[in-house]
Amino acid sequence: MTTETLPKQESAESALGGHVKGYIERVKGGELGALPAVFGLVILCVVFSVLRPAFLSAVNFANLFTQGAAVAVIAMGLIFVLLLGEIDLSAGFASGVCAAVLAVLLTLQGWPWYLAVLAAMVTGAVIGLVLGSLVAKLGIPSFVVTLAAFLAFQGVVLLLVKDGTNISIRDETILAIANKNVPPVVGWVALVAGVLAYAALQFVQARRRAARGLVATPVAVIAARVATLAVVAGVAVYVLNLERSRNAALVSLKGVPIVVPLIVILLIVWTFVLRRTAYGRHIYAVGGNAEAARRAGINVDRIRISAFVICSFMASLGGIIAASRANSVDPNTGGSNVLLFAVGAAVIGGTSLFGGKGRALDALLGGAVVAVIENGMGLMGYSAGVKFVVTGSVLLLAAGVDALSRKRAAATGRR
Amino acid sequence: MSQGPILELRGINKSFGPVQVLHDVAFSVYPGEVTALVGDNGAGKSTLVKCIGGIHPIDSGEYFFDGERVHVSGPRDAAALGVEIVYQDLALCDNLDIVQNMFLGRERKSGLVLDEDTMEEMAAKTLAGLSVRTVKSLRQHVSSLSGGQRQTVAIAKAVLWNSKVVILDEPTAALGVAQTAQVLELVRRLADKGLAVVLISHNMNDVFAVSDRIAALYLGRMAAEVKASEVTHAQIVELITSGRSGELGLKNGNGAAS
Repeated sequence: MTTETLPKQESAESALGGHVKGYIERVKGGELGALPAVFGLVILCVVFSVLRPAFLSAVNFANLFTQGAAVAVIAMGLIFVLLLGEIDLSAGFASGVCAAVLAVLLTLQGWPWYLAVLAAMVTGAVIGLVLGSLVAKLGIPSFVVTLAAFLAFQGVVLLLVKDGTNISIRDETILAIANKNVPPVVGWVALVAGVLAYAALQFVQARRRAARGLVATPVAVIAARVATLAVVAGVAVYVLNLERSRNAALVSLKGVPIVVPLIVILLIVWTFVLRRTAYGRHIYAVGGNAEAARRAGINVDRIRISAFVICSFMASLGGIIAASRANSVDPNTGGSNVLLFAVGAAVIGGTSLFGGKGRALDALLGGAVVAVIENGMGLMGYSAGVKFVVTGSVLLLAAGVDALSRKRAAATGRR
Repeated sequence: MSQGPILELRGINKSFGPVQVLHDVAFSVYPGEVTALVGDNGAGKSTLVKCIGGIHPIDSGEYFFDGERVHVSGPRDAAALGVEIVYQDLALCDNLDIVQNMFLGRERKSGLVLDEDTMEEMAAKTLAGLSVRTVKSLRQHVSSLSGGQRQTVAIAKAVLWNSKVVILDEPTAALGVAQTAQVLELVRRLADKGLAVVLISHNMNDVFAVSDRIAALYLGRMAAEVKASEVTHAQIVELITSGRSGELGLKNGNGAAS
């Protein structure tokens, strides 16, 4: 242990070395972060593209995004609840209820799309308010509250769509979310603007910290981060901008699906909330040590309730995306595997089921893994049964990695 | 001591249901001094501290701060007065780093955004002011710290807010010999900086090593408040176990303090 009170500005090289060393130490100590998800994603993609070349096609690449979108959005909300060490088993059917509300208002009542969407989102927030209040104020374990809600919401969806009929959605705006694309030029411009903004933000922050004599992120690390973002996002935009239509003369199909920028915005917003605001800090604090948070004057109940509100609100957005993709809402919207996939996405992405650890980005990484598994296995022609078994196993594996890394962290004194 | 007490309690009573935990307790704390609060298990030390900290409302009695009578009805009131309590179980979040823990619940913000840089600077300054030299980086998670370091962070968190009274609940209970010495040194330094420090401890060696005054609780009553230099080890043990020692202490076990 060095004996240094004020961490001084080191020379650039040793700062970089220290940064890399610190990262390796953290990984060894059990803070795996996004590593398992990234490795898993790479391996899965390689395996599937070797076995089924169609996996790599532009059409399928775009499919992956629209397939995984709803689950990733629901998972992003779930992360708030998981950060507190709670669980929301009803998030899947909550999204179904909101989708049903949307469909009924839109198609049967003839409301304009913005009012219907607003109603769906309010429905989600109210669901979260009720669930959160039951957990925080009455003290019923979240597992039981949301299991009950899981059953009840399944019934609510059935009631809303009148015993199993299928309500189709014909509103152009809603359908566009998962079925239409951003013009290629706009995609490129947004990409360049996004990468530049990210780079500028990182550099300004580092400069400011260095100016105040605090330890700043080394320039090389920032450059690596910016380059990674530019390459990954650049390749994605490039592939999505390729012509995907079988008959381009008849109908052109290219560009980033509209749902992608939507998810990116949600990611930025929730990352900002979690990392840069006092509210986000308090969520981590409550998940890490609720008693300490209470003594620090944080209103723990309010934090709990708000996390459930965010979760169900995000579920409502997931429901809207699912409805848009399916062009309709039926009693199974948000049902069957949606919740499991969402929880799986969060956990695979690196969010801990024990609370206190997780990022909004985890939902996307884990969501990508889940989407790739489902998509790839579908291409391989496996039945739904095999898909369920494999996805279940992957979820178990992710939870196992989480528990093991936690044990390792405890053993190395990092917990 | 020419200065009056910064914190003074008079006639404090506190019951939990039918059980009266504190009987007519008087307690004074002086700036620049370490006041040890001793007593056997169940004597009411923790309850008294929680009353001071505003976690338990007092049933009756007077609470003076800096000579003025105040009402403390919650932890925030106590914090606003400048009273900070470092609990035995530390109340740190393992998943947050040192700076985040020190500012928990009182984050510095510029607009909506957390002002991390200012917080880090202030934390560094506070730790440097306490001559803490054992922490590698302020951005390290509390989970990676040793027991003594955690105690240091908890104490630094308490003095960060220009607090006037710092109450430490058994700060050395779980520490090794070297770490105990470190923490006691820190306790003494706090008092030398002009803060009023209350040290709750079961360890007589610790008590006599750093405290200026000793207050002994016996079954919910204040048995005696004495200067550490005027009593012996044995007398304090007697006060703790039987509530009296010769001329000192309670009369008949139920009267007022002498």
